[in-house]
Amino acid sequence: MIGFKIVKALASFIFIIFVSLNAQASVEKHEEEFNVSEMIMHHVKDAHEWHLWGDEHEGKSIYLPVILSDNGFKIFSSYNFYHGKEEEVKDSKGNSYHYYKGLGPADGYALFHEKVYKLNENGQLSFKDDHPENTKPLDLSITKNVLSLFIGALLILVLMLSMARFYKKNGPVAPKGIAKFLEPFVILIRDDIAKENIDHHKYHKYVPYLLTIFFFVWINNLLGLIPIFPGGANLTGNITVTFFLALCTLLVTLLSSNKNYWKHIFATPGVPIALMPIMIPIEIVGIFTKPFALMIRLFANMTAGHIIILALISIIFINKSAAWGALSVPMALFISCLEMLVAVLQAYLFALLSALFIGAAVEEAHH
Amino acid sequence: MDLVTPDFGLLFWTGLVFCLLLFVLTKFAWKPILNMVNEREKKIEDALLLAEKTKNEMLELKAENDKIIKEANATRDAILKEAKEAATAMVDAAKNKAKIESQKLVEAAHQSIQSEKSAAIAELKSHVATLSLDIAEKVVRGELASDDKQKALADKLAGDINLN
Repeated sequence: MIGFKIVKALASFIFIIFVSLNAQASVEKHEEEFNVSEMIMHHVKDAHEWHLWGDEHEGKSIYLPVILSDNGFKIFSSYNFYHGKEEEVKDSKGNSYHYYKGLGPADGYALFHEKVYKLNENGQLSFKDDHPENTKPLDLSITKNVLSLFIGALLILVLMLSMARFYKKNGPVAPKGIAKFLEPFVILIRDDIAKENIDHHKYHKYVPYLLTIFFFVWINNLLGLIPIFPGGANLTGNITVTFFLALCTLLVTLLSSNKNYWKHIFATPGVPIALMPIMIPIEIVGIFTKPFALMIRLFANMTAGHIIILALISIIFINKSAAWGALSVPMALFISCLEMLVAVLQAYLFALLSALFIGAAVEEAHH
Repeated sequence: MDLVTPDFGLLFWTGLVFCLLLFVLTKFAWKPILNMVNEREKKIEDALLLAEKTKNEMLELKAENDKIIKEANATRDAILKEAKEAATAMVDAAKNKAKIESQKLVEAAHQSIQSEKSAAIAELKSHVATLSLDIAEKVVRGELASDDKQKALADKLAGDINLN
């Protein structure tokens, strides 16, 4: 208990220090107008570097490997983009865009808004309506989110395997240590999510999937809340990740669906035949709206959390005075704590709703 | 728009990592953990059932013990009572027998005394008869010692006869 308090105090202390350091540094250096939305969007989106501290060029970043599939694989450090040649180009309407032209192994490619494009014959990007027309090579880079994904997966593996090792070593005894902490969550998923929503004889099969989903979302949500490396990537607030997770739930639902499930869609019991032309499309759309809602819910919740915290901290930079930290830091701290709750809540909800959909798909007819 | 556009690279890595994670965790973490948790739950349930069963058995045993003790007490009481009765009966019987025996003895004694007495009396009578005869003889001898006396006696006897 005392240990927990110390960790909490330390965490908030570090957080405040971090924020105020950033505040001072920025106040001294930033002469140009501070663009809040650009900063927030930059943070919330994926990147080919993991920015640690400091300004764009003098600052410290972890430059992540860029992997392109363009007539064979090309692997090089993103340093070749960020410290490449900065270009400015104007489109037909007179808007100007900045992009990085790659140097060295990145020659022939350019980075614009964290997307890799192939340069055209003139060695340039040609813009039309906000975005380049150039072709995009298949980008399998280890981006910030991918690295965060690896770290999260590794963390989950370490946690769960050490929990499994405890049981392997001690047999069916009362849990201790990491197992004592994690077991209630495992039991929560098994009993309150799987058993509660899926047929009693069939739920066993889905418990591993639900457990993986829950811990994957939870751990990655929490990692996203840590302000510095190895956290801070907005992985679970990325539409690609939530899309994939929702797709998994959809696939599990469809692959385990039984006759009864499809009967409810194509011949809903108790619905007059005359209404069928309306009901069938609605039910078919319903198959997809459920996982779609899962995708949007997680994405929006996590991204919104990041945006709120960043916006609150931005108050300091907008007003160019560290004194505003007295207001913005407690508020950001409060939201951070709230986000810890949201992190577990969203993971719980994702697993719960997945179980609900699977449960509906494997339900036997009661009539 | 970037914010809501899925990115193929990230999708690829997410898919790969998630599927690997699902596979590895299922095989090496979830299955062993859930098995152990289930086993433990079963163990606890069994232990509780056993405890309940044992408790009931104990109660039954106790009831049985009480019954046995009660029965034993009853048997003991019965035996004691019987023994007491038997003892009393024996004593009574002994007493009666002794009484009868003593009565018999007394009777026998009486009889023997009576017979002894009659024998003695009979003997005495015979003795007395003999003695009287002897005495009578001696007296007669004396009476008849001289002729005078014989004559007197004969006279007396003759007188007696005359009188008759």
